[in-house]
Amino acid sequence: MDPIIIVGTGLAGYGTAREFRKHDKETPLVLITRDDGASYYKPDLSEAHAKEASPDDLIKKNVDAMAEELDATIHTHRQVESIDPEARELSLNGDTLKYHKLVLAFGADPILLNLGGDATQSVHKVNNLADYRSFRSHLGDAKHVAILGAGLIGCEFANDLVGAGYEVSVFDPAGWPLSQLLPEACGHAVEKELARAGVHWHLGHAAVAVHESNEQLQVVLDDDDSVYADVVLSAVGLRAGVSLAQDAGLETDQGIKVDRTLATSDPHIYALGDCAEVDGQWRPYVGPLMQCARTLGKTLAGGEGDTAGAVKYPTLPIIVKTHVCPVIVYPPVDKHGEWQVEGDGANLEARFVNEDGELLGFALTGDATNKRRDYLKDAPPLMD
Amino acid sequence: MKKWQCIVCGFEYDEAEGMPDEDIKPGTKWEDIPEDWTCPDCGAPKDDFEMMEVD
Repeated sequence: MDPIIIVGTGLAGYGTAREFRKHDKETPLVLITRDDGASYYKPDLSEAHAKEASPDDLIKKNVDAMAEELDATIHTHRQVESIDPEARELSLNGDTLKYHKLVLAFGADPILLNLGGDATQSVHKVNNLADYRSFRSHLGDAKHVAILGAGLIGCEFANDLVGAGYEVSVFDPAGWPLSQLLPEACGHAVEKELARAGVHWHLGHAAVAVHESNEQLQVVLDDDDSVYADVVLSAVGLRAGVSLAQDAGLETDQGIKVDRTLATSDPHIYALGDCAEVDGQWRPYVGPLMQCARTLGKTLAGGEGDTAGAVKYPTLPIIVKTHVCPVIVYPPVDKHGEWQVEGDGANLEARFVNEDGELLGFALTGDATNKRRDYLKDAPPLMD
Repeated sequence: MKKWQCIVCGFEYDEAEGMPDEDIKPGTKWEDIPEDWTCPDCGAPKDDFEMMEVD
């Protein structure tokens, strides 16, 4: 039989492979990755200094150990160029591989700002271990790091780098950090605590250019103010990679469209993780993708006549590891309601409630994160 | 015996079952699992687990 092929060896790809092997130890399994196939936990990248870890320390298993654990063939440093759903084959640097079922788990790409200036090539982004290795190697003699974007990744890096002794400046056009996740009061709590730790905030203004200047990098803002830094990190969000799927004729929107069984518009091709939009929801976080991996692992191991399982998401919050002001947030799925915030200083409890007073989402900061258990119990599931 | 759940990914640890694959014997209490242990599914640390309601 032709193998099951999984494209991608991040949490989604390896997670699916592990779940599949729990149910099927016979069917040949092939994984393909653009990188070296090392298994690591991506959220560690923005916490590595706090964990006193070098990039290599973050590796849980190398590719050979993964191939053995999964009884799989893993092609590293290879890029899938095209998929032919009719013939059930894909092309890989000139080779053609046939598949029985195909799983797309190749993740998302960092959004790149349209910056002016002569030093945009020097701007780092970190969405995988190889990126992180490059970033860390440039941190060597650096004193001042500028971070573009005050979202989850930007804030976690700000905390990690300021904790490691770097001077850190963060830029975002929004008025408060984590603005896509948190109500204003909670965002300001995070802002204040990180400022107390030494982070310089430049909120309400967008970075528009990065120039070389006397062996430093000059970040220019839209109000013509500018800041000089040694290293610039861009962390302004992710976008699902969909072009390979689009070219193969699969339906895409924010991500590759899949139903609750994780099947794309082609019944032999599945998708999950940061590249997939499940039943209309694109949720590029660890929790949802692990639920998908468990469901899909079983489906892939099932026979032709078996009914495929449908994925559900329980109440999976988002944890922001800003250690000086930890955050646990569960953004409401149903946005009809309002935030009600209580608490003092950095320790805030925000409830998002509807007209009937029902809890739809929540955000906890500082010591209030210790109450997560009560909130998780009361909030509705993410996708029932 | 209690059950603990990773709030990041939903993985469940059942003290009664332990995790023989990881050399954690059946009956191993949560507090006896090493602090540097991480979720076998998603890699989240022990802090990210919560005790579950037992029916």
